[in-house]
Amino acid sequence: MCSGVVESHRFSLDSRLSTLDRNLGGGVMETAVFFVAGAVAVISALFAVSHRDPVVNVLSLVVTMFCVAVNYALLGASFLAAAQILVYAGAILVLFLFVVMLLNAPAEHPVHEPRPFQRVAGTLTALAAGLGGVVVLLTFHGQAPPPVPGTAVQIGRMLVGPYFFAFELVSVLLLAALVGAMVLVKRKH
Amino acid sequence: MVIPTTYHLILAALLFAIGAAGVLLRRSGISILLGIELMLNAVNLTLVAFGRQHGQLDGQVFVFFVMAVAAAEVAVGLALLVAIFRKQQSIDVDRLNVMRW
Amino acid sequence: MWAELAVTAVKLLVVATIVLTIVPIMVWVERRGAAFIQDRLGPNRVGPWGLFQPIIDVVKLLFKERVTPTAANKLLFWLAPGIAVFVALVTFIVIPFGAGKDVKLFGVELSGLTVAPQLDVGVLYLFALGSLSVYGIVLAGWSSNNKYSLLGGLRSSAQLISYELAMTVSVLGVLLSTGSLRLDDVVARQQQHVWNFIPQLLGFITFLVAAFAETNRLPFDLPEAETELVAGYHVEYSAMGFGAFMMSEYINMVTASALAVTLFFGGWSLPGVHLTGWFGLIVSMGVFLVKMSFFLWLFVWVRWSLPRFRYDQLMSLGWKGLLPLATLNLVWVGVAMTMGWL
Repeated sequence: MCSGVVESHRFSLDSRLSTLDRNLGGGVMETAVFFVAGAVAVISALFAVSHRDPVVNVLSLVVTMFCVAVNYALLGASFLAAAQILVYAGAILVLFLFVVMLLNAPAEHPVHEPRPFQRVAGTLTALAAGLGGVVVLLTFHGQAPPPVPGTAVQIGRMLVGPYFFAFELVSVLLLAALVGAMVLVKRKH
Repeated sequence: MVIPTTYHLILAALLFAIGAAGVLLRRSGISILLGIELMLNAVNLTLVAFGRQHGQLDGQVFVFFVMAVAAAEVAVGLALLVAIFRKQQSIDVDRLNVMRW
Repeated sequence: MWAELAVTAVKLLVVATIVLTIVPIMVWVERRGAAFIQDRLGPNRVGPWGLFQPIIDVVKLLFKERVTPTAANKLLFWLAPGIAVFVALVTFIVIPFGAGKDVKLFGVELSGLTVAPQLDVGVLYLFALGSLSVYGIVLAGWSSNNKYSLLGGLRSSAQLISYELAMTVSVLGVLLSTGSLRLDDVVARQQQHVWNFIPQLLGFITFLVAAFAETNRLPFDLPEAETELVAGYHVEYSAMGFGAFMMSEYINMVTASALAVTLFFGGWSLPGVHLTGWFGLIVSMGVFLVKMSFFLWLFVWVRWSLPRFRYDQLMSLGWKGLLPLATLNLVWVGVAMTMGWL
């Protein structure tokens, strides 16, 4: 029954695919966009973890989310790019901002007063990331295949097809999180 | 030129490292959760990049589920923080060192 | 590639001109319409029938002194109105203003005067960027360093995110029956079948109510009413900051009207009339603007006729009233499509 309804829509995917391939198939625009988005993402991520004002941290993370959404669009995942902005930037980070404002989170100076073990842990993490980057550069010869068009229709078909069980489980998880969050903040009168 | 997968992976690795540094070095509960969100985003980017590399849509479906789980986790994490704040008037995780109060 | 860029620039210019011309006209309509409903005259001294009043208002706002509160966070204080206007404007790139399927400029197809027709996530993009309007308001409330401002900002943001959900679910019925997220396809389907507000009347009503709440218009304008919390989140703003918020409110109204027309009233199409070529483009744009102006008048009409909702009434209406009704509409569309009626 479901597949009958889905197949009957009149708008074929083929014209959509060719447009996508033509626009993402190459060009100096894509490279420029990638490098700008990447640079802005890294810079605002650095602001997000190192600035002392928590509101600035959250807003920098919003900018990072935008840049990641641009990357999704470059990889052909258009539905995910829109969902990223809708879910992460428009809902999760708004929740963060609310909590920061309601708790009046204090400004801290993390860069100036890290604890001793943290310096070790921080250095090790940076080294591990650097090593990982070097390994990737040396061993992985990315051939840059064409983007996989991730339109809403195709992701929808995967969700009600192979990943149906996970889809239903996630809805139960969200319900549990909803109830849990409400129970946790309930005031006991 | 289509962006090679390597470039996306390096960007994701950088974001992951910055997020991990944020989680390890910050004292406020909210900042730690922000670092976790950054790490989740880096992993999502890796998943989508590899999905394209293999020509499958599974990477993107995975990311869809990761987004949903991250939303649930943030909701519960922030609710926990609010409850903790009500008890001890501070969200400094260094002061969370008693098992019961 | 350069031809496509040029055509996109032309389309962007036309759309921006249309929207930014409607805003001062709406200011005039609001004031004269309010006066007409309240049985008085309204501004009629500045130009014929007071038509130049909005221009004088803009000039006044531009030259007023820009006051920033001493303890306010200056960066965020002046970023907030910028975010509000930016987010309000960028949503127009997916809305089809006219029928341009076979019209070519510089050899590139002017598909429906949509600035970005190949965006296959259409409506989702619009909702994604609409959800960012919360930032403008909550930052305005926070950075003003004012208790009433903060409370007004938080209340308004909570209202926005609640009604965002009801609005999205009420639009889902339309998307389900169309089978595509692109607004061009929604209009094309309404040309072939009946306008969407007839089979999905419940969805249309919930969408309209949610749109009123999303644009912070009466009867849902508690967070910014002068008598409530001293005008809520924009109390500390003067001159162009206040002007920017007012402008963003009117632009949001235009977006909501354009969406209502495109999703439920057939967009630029007239039943039974086949519009092609340059003449068809102009005529369909005219049709679209006429339909949109009906909804814009509706916004003004309702504002001056209905009393305001109290905040708890507002929130319970959103969650306990609109969301179940919108879900009911979705169920009805599902049943109708399975039965083959839609």
